[in-house]
Amino acid sequence: MQQIINFILRYKITLLYLLLLTISLAFTFQSHSYHRSRYFNSANWLSGGIYNTMERFSTYFGLGEINRQLLEENRRLRSLLYNNENKDSVELDTVALNYTLISARIIKNSYSNQDNYITINKGKNQGVAQDMGVISALGILGIVEKTSNNYAAVQSILNTKSNLNAKIKGTNYFGSLTWNTERFDQVQLEDIPRLVPLLVGDTIVTGAMSSIFPENIPIGIIKKFDLNTSQSFYRIDVQLFNDMTNLKNVYIIDNPSREEILELENDLNNDR
Amino acid sequence: MTGSRYFINILRFTLLVLVQVLVFNRLNFFGFINPMIYILFLYWYPIKENRTVFIGIGFLLGFVIDIFSDTLALHAAATVSIAYLRPTIMRFVFGINYEFQSFKLSNTTRAQQITFLALLIVAHHVIFFTLEIFSLPNLLVILKKVIFTGIGTLILCLLFSSLFSVQKE
Repeated sequence: MQQIINFILRYKITLLYLLLLTISLAFTFQSHSYHRSRYFNSANWLSGGIYNTMERFSTYFGLGEINRQLLEENRRLRSLLYNNENKDSVELDTVALNYTLISARIIKNSYSNQDNYITINKGKNQGVAQDMGVISALGILGIVEKTSNNYAAVQSILNTKSNLNAKIKGTNYFGSLTWNTERFDQVQLEDIPRLVPLLVGDTIVTGAMSSIFPENIPIGIIKKFDLNTSQSFYRIDVQLFNDMTNLKNVYIIDNPSREEILELENDLNNDR
Repeated sequence: MTGSRYFINILRFTLLVLVQVLVFNRLNFFGFINPMIYILFLYWYPIKENRTVFIGIGFLLGFVIDIFSDTLALHAAATVSIAYLRPTIMRFVFGINYEFQSFKLSNTTRAQQITFLALLIVAHHVIFFTLEIFSLPNLLVILKKVIFTGIGTLILCLLFSSLFSVQKE
């Protein structure tokens, strides 16, 4: 017993170091499984509050640019409105009925890491919840991963864990959208079968398989495509519509029927 | 005297964390270089202090940075490691001199100070990026990030350490 105590006293610094290292490694590797254990993120009152205060100051310097973006978005929406007769208005109407939108501002953005997270200034108190979709005026951005009372951490599409349903516009061929971490303006679309005719410049939009995003939200255009190693599926590089480095105003999409869909799918899995 | 030393370290801790998360985490020089100047805290921290406390503070510093930048506990792992390795690195750089009671960082040569800082940065960045990327096929990506971010961190740390010189203490 005496020897054990002596041993601990002698190596107490090394033991403390190993303990702390184990704790940090545990935090790191535990969260490799999808949002089970991210207790610590920037959507808490302290870091959220500091980021929010800084954001309030720095917003002043970008007001001109934000105004221009909003004007451009208004112009696009108005031209949609006035040309509505020519559009397949049925689809647009159902979107408007099924989903509600919450507006928010980005207070922290990152795009140079492997797993990028965005912090926004709306949280539980404003009705934001886990697994809601986040989009900007130009295209999709990510999915809400954690919320605190007034802030939320969003898993960006520039994240190795991100996996979204996407399809080629105008068809029903869908695949999964991932990121290979190489460029922050490109993501990868996989599992599109070889027989699909593709062209560089085709538009990629969100698919109907997801209960998070409405169908047909723009993502980007095809930059380059080639066959994967098994020669039966395409690997497509998608150039994003969003400039991920320069984002300010975003919209959070709430799908009230999502719970019903999930319940139905759960029932189906339980019956099997 | 003791009070002012605590005060200076708490002030340093807070300011370095704020500067790191509000300025340098957003730098994205060339798209990926984000210098980690908070390492300066471990460089400046008094040498004769209790090692247990030092390792604890190192962990805390890394963890606070982690919370702000959504990086799980990568900064904590890297920072606690260099806090543990610091005496070894110092013995390597300053030789036996470092054991003496009268040893002061400001009394050493410029080359020694830079080597000490560079070794801290290299150790930190190797651990950080290896854990972040964590795949052998991406060894080149890890090396690229370690080298370029390391150079960025070193240059900025040298600028900061000459701006806020410790000689007055």
